Amino acid sequence: NTVMAAQMTNAHRRFLQVLMSNGITEGSEARKLHQYCCETDKVYYAHDKLDDFISTINSHLQPLFMQIRKGISEDNGRAHYAVVNLAETEVTKMASDYTETELELFRKTMDLIILSENGFASSTDILNLADQLKTKKMRKKEAEQVLKAFVEDKWLSEKNGEYTLHTRCIIEMEQYILSNYQDVARKCNICHSLAIQSQVCESCGIGMHLPCVRKYFRGQTEPRCPKCNEFWSCDTP
Amino acid sequence: QVSELVQFLLVKDQKKIPIKRADMLKNVIGEYRDAYSEIVNKAGMTLQEVFGLQLVEIDTKRHLYILINNLPCTEGKYLCRDEEKEKMGLLLVILSFIFMKGNSVKDSALWEFLHLLHVDPGKPHQVFGDVRKLVTEEFVRQKYLEITAIPLTDPPEFKYQWGPRAEKEISKKDVLNSVAKIQGKDPTFWASQYREAEAAH
Repeated sequence: NTVMAAQMTNAHRRFLQVLMSNGITEGSEARKLHQYCCETDKVYYAHDKLDDFISTINSHLQPLFMQIRKGISEDNGRAHYAVVNLAETEVTKMASDYTETELELFRKTMDLIILSENGFASSTDILNLADQLKTKKMRKKEAEQVLKAFVEDKWLSEKNGEYTLHTRCIIEMEQYILSNYQDVARKCNICHSLAIQSQVCESCGIGMHLPCVRKYFRGQTEPRCPKCNEFWSCDTP
Repeated sequence: QVSELVQFLLVKDQKKIPIKRADMLKNVIGEYRDAYSEIVNKAGMTLQEVFGLQLVEIDTKRHLYILINNLPCTEGKYLCRDEEKEKMGLLLVILSFIFMKGNSVKDSALWEFLHLLHVDPGKPHQVFGDVRKLVTEEFVRQKYLEITAIPLTDPPEFKYQWGPRAEKEISKKDVLNSVAKIQGKDPTFWASQYREAEAAH
């Protein structure tokens, strides 16, 4: 899919600025933003040309090792956009916002989440980690505040006192996670992207995103594993 | 090197804290010191071309830089998060007040004015929290406001002026037009502000 490197206009720049300041932008918001930017800067607008619009920006971001990337939310299956840094070898985007100790807590939390069965870590488990940090011990109260900040900044999301990686985090850190957790990180059998929250086949162990499960098993009364053909044991969402 | 510097500047500027040339040299340019100006120039061009941001040196003595938004200002609701929008709103009110009063106001005058808007330094504000901290620390650190002590005053008094970031990012013409609109008058009503706003445009 070759796109002639079109010129950046102020509409493109405005779109990029807003995407960067949002951290993560939902698909429908991005479409509205596309229209707004084109209208504000008097640039030709076609409602179905968002992908081309983004490609133009990406062709200019490429030499900077940055990219507007689309990711699918593991919760609702909806598309989200984030500006990611491709050259990152570690969590450097977060590095400017958090202290060394806070980053260590985040990395250990990420360990817990990725190693877990269902992609969640309980707040109790995370707070217990605070005691064992190598850089500096963190008191429970402090750790609670830091966890809150992680959620506000959309690195983690919280459900019923348990924490998983936010869509933003997954989009930004997918490469980092896949390379650093090579043996443990699960990939969805349907879409082949990183799966943090997933349903797992009890027989053969393959995993699938919940939205992917929903789509794949739509209309089937007896869902079966696409790999080993055993009955799919989890409740299909 | 250029791409690293661009990313470095973007990340640093997220906090709106001015970037020191020393930091740029240390963190990014490193051994390519000789090519420093070339790298900085190229980074500046890239920031303008791709992001619509301009790299501006606001302190030529201490070599401090900021990134300002070069895109035509709009009343867009997409520009920033709500919390930021509210802070910007307060900032604009303060900057307007300072401009209309001849570009410099005493701290007592400013707080009297804000008191009329139910914004008081002593009381935690529902939206802004610690207002004194926001105005005297955060806005100053971000170079939107400049506070200088008035000599020979006891107890010490301070004067508030537009900071270098405000000078570059905010149009005096827009400020005057907003004030004029609110007061139902023509901008030319304020002759000296009008002249100044036209000159700066």
